[in-house]
Amino acid sequence: MSKKILIVDDEPNIVISLEFLMKKEGFEIAVACDGEEALAKEASFRPDLILLDVMMPKKSGFEVCEALRADPAKAGLLIVMLTAKGRDTEVAKGLAIGADAYVTKPFSTKDLVARVKTMLGVA
Amino acid sequence: MLSGWFIAIVATAYLGLLFAVARFGDARADAGKSIISANVYALSLAVYCTSWTFYGSVGRATSGGLSFLTIYLGPTLMLLCVGVIIKMIRISKAQRITSIADFIASRYGKSQLLAGMVTVIAVIGVVPYIALQLKAMAASVDVLLDHSGSSVEVWGLDSTFLMAVVLAFFSILFGTRHLDATERHEGMVAAVAFESVVKIVAFMAVGLFVTYGMYGGLGDLFLRAAESPELGRLLQLDSSRAGTWTALIVLSGLAIIFLPRQFQIIVVENVDESHLKRAVWLFPLYLLLINIFVLPLALGGLLHFGGQGVNPDTFVLTLPLARGAEALALLAFIGGLSAATGMVIVETIALSTMVCNDLVMPILLRSTGKFVEKRNDLSGLLIGIRRAAIALILLLGYIYFRAAGEAYALVGIGLISFAAVAQFAPAMFGGMYWKQGTRAGAVAGLLSGFVVWLYTLLLPSFAKSGWMPSGFVENGLFGIGWLKAQALFGLSGLDEISHCLWWSMLANIGAYVAVSLNSRPDAVEASQAERFVDVFRFDARNTEARLWRGKASPDALVQLLERFLGAARARQQLATYASSRRATDWRSLPADADFVQFAEAELAGAIGSASARVMVASVAQEEDLGLEEVLDILDEATQVRAHSRELEAKQQELEAATAELREANERLRELDRMKDDFISTVTHELRTPLTSIRALSEMLHEDPRLELAARTRFLSIIVNEAERLTRLINQILDMAKLESGRAEWTTGEVDLGEVARESMASVEQLFREKDVALSGDIPESGPVVLADRDRLTQVMINLLSNAVKFVPGGEGKVHVKLGTAAGLVRVEVRDNGPGLTAEESSVIFEKFRQGGNTMTDKPQGTGLGLPISRQIVEYFGGNLWVESAPGAGANFIFTVPLPAPEE
Repeated sequence: MSKKILIVDDEPNIVISLEFLMKKEGFEIAVACDGEEALAKEASFRPDLILLDVMMPKKSGFEVCEALRADPAKAGLLIVMLTAKGRDTEVAKGLAIGADAYVTKPFSTKDLVARVKTMLGVA
Repeated sequence: MLSGWFIAIVATAYLGLLFAVARFGDARADAGKSIISANVYALSLAVYCTSWTFYGSVGRATSGGLSFLTIYLGPTLMLLCVGVIIKMIRISKAQRITSIADFIASRYGKSQLLAGMVTVIAVIGVVPYIALQLKAMAASVDVLLDHSGSSVEVWGLDSTFLMAVVLAFFSILFGTRHLDATERHEGMVAAVAFESVVKIVAFMAVGLFVTYGMYGGLGDLFLRAAESPELGRLLQLDSSRAGTWTALIVLSGLAIIFLPRQFQIIVVENVDESHLKRAVWLFPLYLLLINIFVLPLALGGLLHFGGQGVNPDTFVLTLPLARGAEALALLAFIGGLSAATGMVIVETIALSTMVCNDLVMPILLRSTGKFVEKRNDLSGLLIGIRRAAIALILLLGYIYFRAAGEAYALVGIGLISFAAVAQFAPAMFGGMYWKQGTRAGAVAGLLSGFVVWLYTLLLPSFAKSGWMPSGFVENGLFGIGWLKAQALFGLSGLDEISHCLWWSMLANIGAYVAVSLNSRPDAVEASQAERFVDVFRFDARNTEARLWRGKASPDALVQLLERFLGAARARQQLATYASSRRATDWRSLPADADFVQFAEAELAGAIGSASARVMVASVAQEEDLGLEEVLDILDEATQVRAHSRELEAKQQELEAATAELREANERLRELDRMKDDFISTVTHELRTPLTSIRALSEMLHEDPRLELAARTRFLSIIVNEAERLTRLINQILDMAKLESGRAEWTTGEVDLGEVARESMASVEQLFREKDVALSGDIPESGPVVLADRDRLTQVMINLLSNAVKFVPGGEGKVHVKLGTAAGLVRVEVRDNGPGLTAEESSVIFEKFRQGGNTMTDKPQGTGLGLPISRQIVEYFGGNLWVESAPGAGANFIFTVPLPAPEE
């Protein structure tokens, strides 16, 4: 059974590229475009990994991450934060609230795919 | 019912009670637990209300109506000058002033002549006033006894004499109980405050009894009075007496501090300057209360005794007696007794201090130096002199009372006394605020004022009493018309008090100022002037030390102290002084200037500054400092003061500069933080399109076999994002130029209507694509402004493209309106989109803050369009803002000022 990835970003073009990229690698994909939708999709889609943008309307990526980590039942869920803000403090904050990885935009598609595969143990 | 003996016993018992209060006050003072609180101090000020108030106000009101009030308005106004009184108190404490004579003498070079003059004026002015108190007491006893039909004569002596003896006895006990002669008497102050309470209670009790017991209240009394034309007159303010009113207010205002007893209570007996703040309102309140029933009592008496020839001065007693209220009459009698005794005790103590220190001591010291040297302890002698002075002053009062009887000279004496002490005002106030005032000036002023007072007020009152021919009043001295005593130089039409006040003050102030300006002060005067006028900034220790040069033996000084203060008190003061200089024993201290200064101050507290100066000079070998030298020293002190003030100012400047720097630094930090945020935001905005571009181009690069549809789609996204990136970079650069002021402007005449039409034409395509209606309301040849045409077009296009972005396709409408008003061109771009909340209405003008917050209608803008537009409009002196509410569309409005019309 293929692994499931939820892509969360408010930039439609970034969603298009990520979706295309991950589908090509054989993952099952769902998409959300803001924080609230992300939580709803997570509950229905039950992904193995979330690619989570930080700067989003309604609920930021940090808030979504915190909400997910507050639920012990979802301890196995992998969270990769994606952000255009590359400051050290933000990276530290993301990792502190429980993200498994922190990737700055613009990213290398090759590296991102490799990273995701490693994390999901399908490399 | 009321027998003479009964009254005598009650009166004596009351005086005994007073004495107990005084003993208690003294005991507490000795134990260091003073009972002189702010309230006690304020109440003791009411020693101002004598029997002249207690009985006489009612009498005055029966003839003068409301004019009796002036005597109480003046003091209230004077007390409002808190600063003046505080300064007087501060000077008195610093100089150990014992009386008003001492104050004036000390200021003008510790002059024995001035001290003596002030004392003589005070005694002449005040003795008749004491006589008035005796008369009031005698009259009150007579009223009580007449009623009960008995009389008191003991060993052939009349009751007034007995009264005077008892008062002398009590004054001696109160004021000179201590063997050490110091200037303060806390027990006496406590007793006086107690008496103030008794007299106000008694007076108000009678007032209430008459107003509500005999008549139906204030309204009833005034109604009845108004019915009688005679009495109705009393209720009206008489404008023709306005001059008198002014004179009375001035006189009583001066009297509240310059009557010897008032100076004693307010200044000498003050233990804490802050007490004055309470007195400022409590004392006027007391005056108000004690005056409330004056007019009702006057009216009640006139109504009740109409035509029976009852003396209005006795209404306070006769009204209760007429109704058989003997207990109340007795209370009123005690109240009157309080008023009279309080006045007599404080006045005689104050006068006796002046007589002793400023008349007797100088004579003793001069004429019988050997006699003084022979005695070891002189403190007993001082007390003895004061006791004799008290007895003598009361005896004088009694003699005056006997001689004057019912004569005019007694009835009008209250105001005559006020006018006498008012003569101290120029020398006092001048001394406190004018350094150029000299001893010669003060002597000349006092003398002139006193002579005028004597000639225009006191002697005419004697003449009216028939003691001397009245020719100088009626025809002028030696028959010279313009020397008429109460119409000097033809000044007629004034009442005698105003007349005297006017001429005596003119002579007094004129002589004081003229002579002061034409005389030179000596060294002591110059230094005292400095100490008085600059009391609040005088650097005492340092300058005092330099103002005295000479040699003194500590033993001789201590011996002097022991002789005048008594051994016990001298040792006590020496010990306190030694500890203030951080020495364990005074014997280890050098007899330097500071020591001499201390000794002189202690002596001044006992025998006055003038005598103290003479005594210290007699035991020390002093080097006379010339006037020039003293002025140099004082000048130096002034310079040092100026320097330290400058230093203080510099320090304040420095502190201000530091604060400014800190603030600037804070601002810089804030700017730095903002710049940081800005860069972070710009980075974010640039990275976002770059992310899509990189990801998609990498995918295209990796997979050359990608199907055509995906390939075309990705390439179109890449092109769009690259355009977005370019736009963003351009706008950021534009914004940076605008903000730094480096933008280039080509300003010329611009037809705004044309700009609007052209802008609308250039975005037509956008509107058509989204099927949005665009309409305009623009004049044919629009208003012309001075601006940059391209920039204004940029603003217009920005507003229009924002509008089309937010309105719904199909039913969207955008309307442009252009008009002029109040020297401004006003351009509106209104849409029927979703509208903005109040918060959004302001944030959209911030950089990188865009409206709309869901992915579906995420705007394609950069978040810089509106901030840039605002910058442009503001550059031309206009404004850009939005009027909107959620659901009601948005109306973006900008204004540009019309050029000023040419002449």
